[in-house]
Amino acid sequence: MTELTSFTLAEARDALAKKRCSAVELAEAHLAAMEQARALNAYVLETPERARAMAQEADARIARGEARPLEGIPLAVKDMFCTAGVRTTACSHILHNFVPTYESTVTAQLWRDGAVLLGKTNNDEFAMGSSNETSYFGPVISPWRRKGSNADLVPGGSSGGSAAAVAANLCLGATGTDTGGSIRQPAAFTGIVGLKPTYGRCSRWGIVAFASSLDQAGPFARTVRDAAILLRSMAGHDPKDATSADLPVPDYEAAVGRSVKGLRIGVPKEYRVDGMPAEIEALWEQGKAWLKQAGAEIVEVSLPHTKYALPTYYIVNPAEASSNLARYDGVRYGLRVDGRDVTEMYEKTRAAGFGREVRRRVLIGTYVLSAGYYDAYYLRAQKVRTLIKRDFEACFSAGVDAILTPTTPSAAFGLGEKGGADPVEMYLNDVFTVTVNMAGLPGLSVPAGLDAQGLPLGLQLIGRPFDEETLFALGQVIEDAAGRFAPARWW
Amino acid sequence: MSARAQSSRLIKGATGDWEVVIGMEVHAQVTSKAKLFSGASTAFGGPPNAHVSLVDAAMPGMLPVINGECVRQAVRTGLGLKARINRRSVFDRKNYFYPDLPQGYQISQYKSPIVGEGEVTVTLPDGETVTVGIERLHLEQDAGKSLHDQHPTLSFVDLNRSGVALMEIVTKPDLRSAEEAKAFVAKLRTILRYLGTCDGDMEKGNLRADVNVSVRRPGEPLGTRCEIKNVNSIRFIGQAIEYEARRQIAILEDGGTIEQETRLFDPAKGETRSMRNKEEAHDYRYFPDPDLLPLELTEEEIEALRADLPELPDEKRARFIRDYGLTPYDADVLVAERATADYFEEVAKGRDAKTAANWVINELFGRLNKEGKEIADAPVSAAQLSAILDLMAEGTISGKIAKELFEIVWSEGGDPREIVEKRGLKQVTDLGAIEKLIDEIVAANADKAAQAKANPKLLGWFVGQVMKASGGKANPQAVNDLLRQKLGL
Repeated sequence: MTELTSFTLAEARDALAKKRCSAVELAEAHLAAMEQARALNAYVLETPERARAMAQEADARIARGEARPLEGIPLAVKDMFCTAGVRTTACSHILHNFVPTYESTVTAQLWRDGAVLLGKTNNDEFAMGSSNETSYFGPVISPWRRKGSNADLVPGGSSGGSAAAVAANLCLGATGTDTGGSIRQPAAFTGIVGLKPTYGRCSRWGIVAFASSLDQAGPFARTVRDAAILLRSMAGHDPKDATSADLPVPDYEAAVGRSVKGLRIGVPKEYRVDGMPAEIEALWEQGKAWLKQAGAEIVEVSLPHTKYALPTYYIVNPAEASSNLARYDGVRYGLRVDGRDVTEMYEKTRAAGFGREVRRRVLIGTYVLSAGYYDAYYLRAQKVRTLIKRDFEACFSAGVDAILTPTTPSAAFGLGEKGGADPVEMYLNDVFTVTVNMAGLPGLSVPAGLDAQGLPLGLQLIGRPFDEETLFALGQVIEDAAGRFAPARWW
Repeated sequence: MSARAQSSRLIKGATGDWEVVIGMEVHAQVTSKAKLFSGASTAFGGPPNAHVSLVDAAMPGMLPVINGECVRQAVRTGLGLKARINRRSVFDRKNYFYPDLPQGYQISQYKSPIVGEGEVTVTLPDGETVTVGIERLHLEQDAGKSLHDQHPTLSFVDLNRSGVALMEIVTKPDLRSAEEAKAFVAKLRTILRYLGTCDGDMEKGNLRADVNVSVRRPGEPLGTRCEIKNVNSIRFIGQAIEYEARRQIAILEDGGTIEQETRLFDPAKGETRSMRNKEEAHDYRYFPDPDLLPLELTEEEIEALRADLPELPDEKRARFIRDYGLTPYDADVLVAERATADYFEEVAKGRDAKTAANWVINELFGRLNKEGKEIADAPVSAAQLSAILDLMAEGTISGKIAKELFEIVWSEGGDPREIVEKRGLKQVTDLGAIEKLIDEIVAANADKAAQAKANPKLLGWFVGQVMKASGGKANPQAVNDLLRQKLGL
């Protein structure tokens, strides 16, 4: 039954419709694969009983001819999404025993459309990280290895579990959240497709908040088409999220395979960073060539405030996080460590409940919002953020339809290799992705090749607000040209 | 300002006169069914934590969504305070840790409030009028309540109030005495109740004030202020200011300096106590709440609310003086509550307004005060009082009987006209019957009748006797006329 797990989502959908397999068989195949892949630590909670029950319901519906868009499709859900009756921890000790009574809007829409929950996937604690090494449940091990090496690699982060699960055929697709690159970077590191939709495209309701003005849910899949199928179910207006956009949800799948002839693709000169490996440079050139061959026009563009994006991001992000995480105080739910008085209870609870990176961001955030520092840091960062946004607006209003960049400045690195001494070393991973969050734009990472060590590399396509369709059309061109990439199984 | 500083509101210290300067932050609970950012009920009472949504409890992933009615209430209030309505306002997070603040921050408006500058005109008991500047009004969430008396070693938290909408109304430092401050809060309360935007129930904590008090020598710059937190009655506001001003004057006259601090008023002892000083003050780390978009209002929305505003106390007072010929004092008394003014107007309609005002103020209010009742619970309705006044005006009953009738209706209810019929309270206007009574009394008091010419004051005595004999039902005018005739006056 292993071939059931190597289906793409679209293939599985067809197989189910044509009754070549059942939803229960599909779920069982994945549950078995998950069991064999526990060494990857991709899932922090497997939900086999729920998966079987949902799959049975799906089979019944298919039998009655009442199949919904994702009927019987087994998916993984990042542990940032609250799932009713299913433990949700954000991979933090502070929520180690938290079982929500409610379902996030995005996952509720997936179940509404017939999808099957396989389990909750690992992530950096509160999605703070770029390697999935800050999780309370321990790091995720990438299914990829360097040629001729047994060294463990990171899958990227923060949605490392979802990315590894999709890449290792432990689900047909997965949800992620992306605050500064947390979908696109792990997608690039694991050779799969990842989309951060436009801010406001997917509801944030029921997703553990990290940095509210940057957080956005999005899909992981093995193909561009699969990502488009998933986004259609995930997206939509939610009256419970004041920042969600009241816009119709297009048929994204219809954009896959659409001609890109005549589209103008911007290539920002500021993304040629110092010390960028030649392989990344070559990949970028290759991407331009593929799109040109498909009839798109490549133009050089300028995003002059790019160099300020990372420092600005690392002010806005911790500022919002420090406030969002204030609710984890031991009073109502989650971990509580008693103290002599309420202040000591707070201190002990939060010291025990939060890991190093979370504590670091809370401290930075508290600092930049403090009286006397607010204007110099937070306020200035917001002003720069506006300038970054304007850079993109200027580009798009000059007729550029999408922007092509590398997703990351390098391929996946080894476990424990980065950020140990200097957290900035880790933060630099987000250099190409954070601008997109700062500007609230959609960004798609598509696998485009392997580096000399056999590790996948991704290209990023950045679109106009709410124009995910153009990204899917362009992404398909790259996928067709580059082919698909799967790790050799070692686990 | 200087003219007012010269007035009687100065406080005499040991070393000369002092002027007290007061500004207030009034927290008024918005009248609305649901909380500011969640659908949970705002009902008062109920078991602890009965009105708590996932948002109010700050569960992970929950998001605030603005309650449009609370916004409209804030705009109505702003319009009632003759204030500028800001077409764009921003919600900020005020960050601090406390067990009854589940989010770890209060959603408030810091830099861009929904309502800007306005004013309130206050009439003092001595008739002087003071204009109090309003600095701003903003919307914010209330916190929950910590209960420290439920368990020997633990504190409990009740989140029923958590997230309820409050309007914080901030004045300029325009108040100069406890009297003025009390009159201001009373007037503000009246305006809010007229608008229906806050019920003004201070006992339930639905209206409470932080009072900023400083003192200075007349004409000098503002002194250092102390903030007295959460005073929840008009009387206590007066007491707290009196005490605090005296305390500060005593310190300054002793050569000391005032420390800027937050203080609490202890009603049992009638004094203020230090709560925390400037160094202990929180750094609230305000920043715009990224979960909420800026609040935008169109001119049309604002104008629609303006067009729907009820008549406010100042306009009503002017109209009562102009149209009903009331004294300013009577007008003030009647407009203090919208229900009272409505009651008066119903009674005054088509009747003598002065008489109506006298009856409402003296008879009705007197009786209500005696029994501690609100006008809404008055046993005598405006229609019933109107009937009593009509019976009196048409001469069916005398003024004395009218008061008796009022008492009967108060305690037994019923249609006044029917009561008059049934109990034979009708005024006797049959001149023959009155004449008969007079003849009897004059005959029985021939000596007094003889003296009447020389001493016309005796007429009054005879009138009294006749009225008494008639059981108060004889028409006093007829009695008077006939007696004059009989006594040859």
